[in-house]
Amino acid sequence: MGTKKIVIVDYEMGNLHSVDNACKLLGYETTISSDRDTIRSASALILPGVGAFGHAMANLDALGLIDPIKDHIQRGNPFLGVCLGFQLLFEESSEFGVHKGLAILKGTVDRFPASSQGQPLKVPHMGWNRLQIVQDNRFSQGLNPNEFMYFVHSYYTNPTNPSIIFSKTTYEGFEYCSSVSQENILAVQFHPEKSSIKGLKLLNNWLTSIE
Amino acid sequence: MFKRIIPRLDIKGPNLVKGIHLEGLRVLGKPEQFAKYYYEQGADELMFIDCVASLYERNSLMDIIRKTAKEIFIPLTVGGGIRTLEDIKNILRAGADKVSLNTAAIRNPELIREASNRFGSSTVVVTIEAIQHADGLYYAYIDNGREETGKEVVAWAKECEQLGAGELLITSVDKEGTGSGANIDLINKLTAGLTIPVIAHGGIGNKEHVAEVFSTTSVSAVALASILHYDAVANIHYEKADYSLEGNTSFLKQGASSGRFSPFRISDIKAHLVQQHIDCRVD
Repeated sequence: MGTKKIVIVDYEMGNLHSVDNACKLLGYETTISSDRDTIRSASALILPGVGAFGHAMANLDALGLIDPIKDHIQRGNPFLGVCLGFQLLFEESSEFGVHKGLAILKGTVDRFPASSQGQPLKVPHMGWNRLQIVQDNRFSQGLNPNEFMYFVHSYYTNPTNPSIIFSKTTYEGFEYCSSVSQENILAVQFHPEKSSIKGLKLLNNWLTSIE
Repeated sequence: MFKRIIPRLDIKGPNLVKGIHLEGLRVLGKPEQFAKYYYEQGADELMFIDCVASLYERNSLMDIIRKTAKEIFIPLTVGGGIRTLEDIKNILRAGADKVSLNTAAIRNPELIREASNRFGSSTVVVTIEAIQHADGLYYAYIDNGREETGKEVVAWAKECEQLGAGELLITSVDKEGTGSGANIDLINKLTAGLTIPVIAHGGIGNKEHVAEVFSTTSVSAVALASILHYDAVANIHYEKADYSLEGNTSFLKQGASSGRFSPFRISDIKAHLVQQHIDCRVD
């Protein structure tokens, strides 16, 4: 396996090694890079990331990576976004002031409400929770519709177009979009690389799709 | 949220050890083998605590984390002897997802704020070792229950939350290693004023104790050592060449037969929780 060049984008936003370790376990070699030319030459891109939205966009901008990433996706090349790398695909986020995103997908990133169903909502949403997979496609192969995945986040995405939603998740009664898939894009709020066998299965589905 | 079961592995040098009342360490085996066993059994996270964190032994811990992160894909928390932001950065780079702070947080509470600002609140777990005094209040200890700090734990927990800690782990030193049940009184006092998740540790000796702590307190998780290690020792296939466990595992077998601990697998504990209508991750 692995005739395609998979690049994990390093933009100084958190743990890249978990994703790298998971790809290696599944038999795929990757390159971790923050270099524009390396990213332009990738056949598939993984954008991980943990941290603040505005800080992440500023880092991508400073490294000159915004256009290479947008071009990669808009040309129809395989893309996987994880956690912050999922949120960055949208138009803007309200985390610590309003910040523009990559605007590849229409919609916004908002903070969880203070309460849900009359109860205070603990933020961040941290721990294992269920997916409700609503698409049947190559990414959902071999997964049950309600698999558990591991989440850590305080903001959630609001896609304008509901047909891109791959899964929803309900946190203490509050339902939101926990992943999207659209043609060459799979982007997820949870951490497949921290979600045991089922997380690895989803990652493997994406890796298989790029061959 | 779904309640979490977190095996806790106390590390000394390259070995997994087990102490009674956080003292009298004994070698149980290779942490990597135990970690893999627990991962396959359905552990929700793993916690590694370097209990004799001296500088020259640090490389062993880093090796353990690096190896574990290549094979095990659930969140990993690492603690013991962490003093600076640089220590945290190195541990995260080795593959940990969270760090747990105790002594350094007590000596310099600002470290909690600095660490959560730099790495995110969800990365910072503060461990509190509590011992009850004659006045009925619980006080925080450091150095594996040996050194008193004078901090009353309920106030200290609140301060940790305000400084940006993402989670707290509360160890009842009085209960640790006894297998007589969690310290429900301590846990309820601690969680009353908090909004961040709390992990209970110390005293759990059987699956009923696990169900009890989830049904009578608001903790999000339990950290388990002995109750799981007894089962693991019995089921991990050791390669004779790499370990001599004679004299080390024998005390575990004695402990199991003495009835203080009922050896259980994570899958058995979870099945019991499901039966008790407590939500947890079961495939």
